[in-house]
Amino acid sequence: MKDTPLSNCERDFLLKAIEEKKRLDGRQTYDYRNIKITFGTDYGCCFVDLGKTRVMAQVSCELVAPKETRPNEGILFFNIELSPMASPAFEPGRQSELSVKLNRQLERCFRNSKCIDTESLCVVSGEKVWQIRVDVHTLNHDGNLMDAASIAAITALCHFRRPDVSIQGEEITVVSAQHSTVCLIYCTSNLDPCEREERVMDGLLMIAMNKHREICSIQSSGGIMLLKEQVLRCSKIASVKVSEITELISKALENDKKARKAGERCGFAESMPQERITALKMDETPVEMKNVTEKAEDIVKKYEAPPQSVPSPLVPAPGVGQVGQGQQNSWGLEEEDGESEEEEEMVVEDQPKNKLDQGECCK
Amino acid sequence: MAGLELLSDQGYRLDGRKATELRKVQARMGVFAQADGSAYIEQGNTKALAVVYGPHEMRGSRSRTLHDRAVINCQYSMATFSTAERKRRPHGDKKSTEMSLHLKQTFEAAILTQLYPRSQIDIFVKILQADGGNYSVCVNAATLAVIDAGIPMRDYVCACTVGFVDETPLADLCYTEENGGVSSLALALLPRGGQIALLQMDARLHQDHLETMMEAAMIACKGVSKVLDEVVRQHLQEASALSRD
Repeated sequence: MKDTPLSNCERDFLLKAIEEKKRLDGRQTYDYRNIKITFGTDYGCCFVDLGKTRVMAQVSCELVAPKETRPNEGILFFNIELSPMASPAFEPGRQSELSVKLNRQLERCFRNSKCIDTESLCVVSGEKVWQIRVDVHTLNHDGNLMDAASIAAITALCHFRRPDVSIQGEEITVVSAQHSTVCLIYCTSNLDPCEREERVMDGLLMIAMNKHREICSIQSSGGIMLLKEQVLRCSKIASVKVSEITELISKALENDKKARKAGERCGFAESMPQERITALKMDETPVEMKNVTEKAEDIVKKYEAPPQSVPSPLVPAPGVGQVGQGQQNSWGLEEEDGESEEEEEMVVEDQPKNKLDQGECCK
Repeated sequence: MAGLELLSDQGYRLDGRKATELRKVQARMGVFAQADGSAYIEQGNTKALAVVYGPHEMRGSRSRTLHDRAVINCQYSMATFSTAERKRRPHGDKKSTEMSLHLKQTFEAAILTQLYPRSQIDIFVKILQADGGNYSVCVNAATLAVIDAGIPMRDYVCACTVGFVDETPLADLCYTEENGGVSSLALALLPRGGQIALLQMDARLHQDHLETMMEAAMIACKGVSKVLDEVVRQHLQEASALSRD
């Protein structure tokens, strides 16, 4: 299904608001949305909520023969599924550009940064190695899938327990993920775009860093031109944010470990908040539609088009945008003939830009 | 490869270059008669061929026509004989699609697409021999091909891959250096304004070194732009000499 196109008004509003450093949901320019990490019942399954964007990652492993060129290294495989569940714009089956982009970015971010020691995945050199497969499923798309996917993948990897196979029997050991690599996405000058902002942006810069302040991957996409200073500034911001997010991940892992030890029930069902309204349906209010076309044509004939410039937008409450102030009611109430005509004339005088056609408004 | 020293104590690399030296660039424009623009470039041992068709009417899906500018369609592929092992899938795999997207993004930023609304510009690049710096050589080849086709651009788009070894940035990596676990940064630059059209980096690099890497990459790109400029002017002279006769 094709996406509903973004109207020009909305686009202008968002761009003007960004210029004035206001964001639609009340965040500051470099603020992240609320990140919530929960774990599933099995080891290696984790859910990440980035605002309303929801993503699930599952890690699984299998014993396979290694690649011929690298006989003593394990194999890491990443896969992001963009299912139509997340957004009606995603079509099932066909691999879209976005899907390829996300997959490649995730692969580059984790594989090249060598955050997992692949040599430790080797069981018998040249014959059997572990193939670790990370599947990320998008459940709800509200912008910034890349960040959510990377956080989910690394948390799932840290959470996963790989069975250790030896000749005698089986033991459980933790897969050593050496350091957490986290991606951060910037679009123009904003951090962590939500879905609307993503549609408006010209391009984005993705920086993946780990907590040792090493940059694992940088990727600029979209058709924007960058300057060196902008890239350096973004990388500085990234280092600050990455340490925050890594903190969050380790805390979540800690909590989960404690919960499991204490024997509490954990899993997806437990993590859903109870007693919350998630969807609301209201009846449509009836509107009187008689003679609407004639009235509309009348009004359009009399008055000029509104000025082109977009007035400064206001964000009075998160999720609510306001552009300009309302003007005087110019529809007029049809109570008495004399009064209504007076009102019309008064109102017309208030708007100095309107040209009065002499014949039109007669008293 | 533990045994190979990517940068010796005297400052020489595996192929005898110094750290900031680029490989030898040889290029030709107007290689094919059928295409609107074409170019062939050799950067060291990496050889790439680029062909441009356009601007022409939108083919394929008419719904993708943009009312105010041209659509740029890029395809990147590697010949099956370009790498040491025969490539089973020259195009359609994830890496090629990603490269094509990057090329498209780079040229969308550089070409003046506003001059050709409702039309399409096709850029096809093929790597004939891959010896490191694939993306950069493609961009350089495509730039020459677009200039050959007469499509106006804001500036030359020059690209270069830079690596980092022993606190020194190495310009224009070759295949062994790229696979030696060196952090590599590919940068596509419009030299006059210093604007970066594409920035891509793999492998771990400490944040403090980022600035040095980017500086080195920008200087290398400016070097490449001088060479490309020479090639274009020479081609123009030859073409005008022939047509005068």
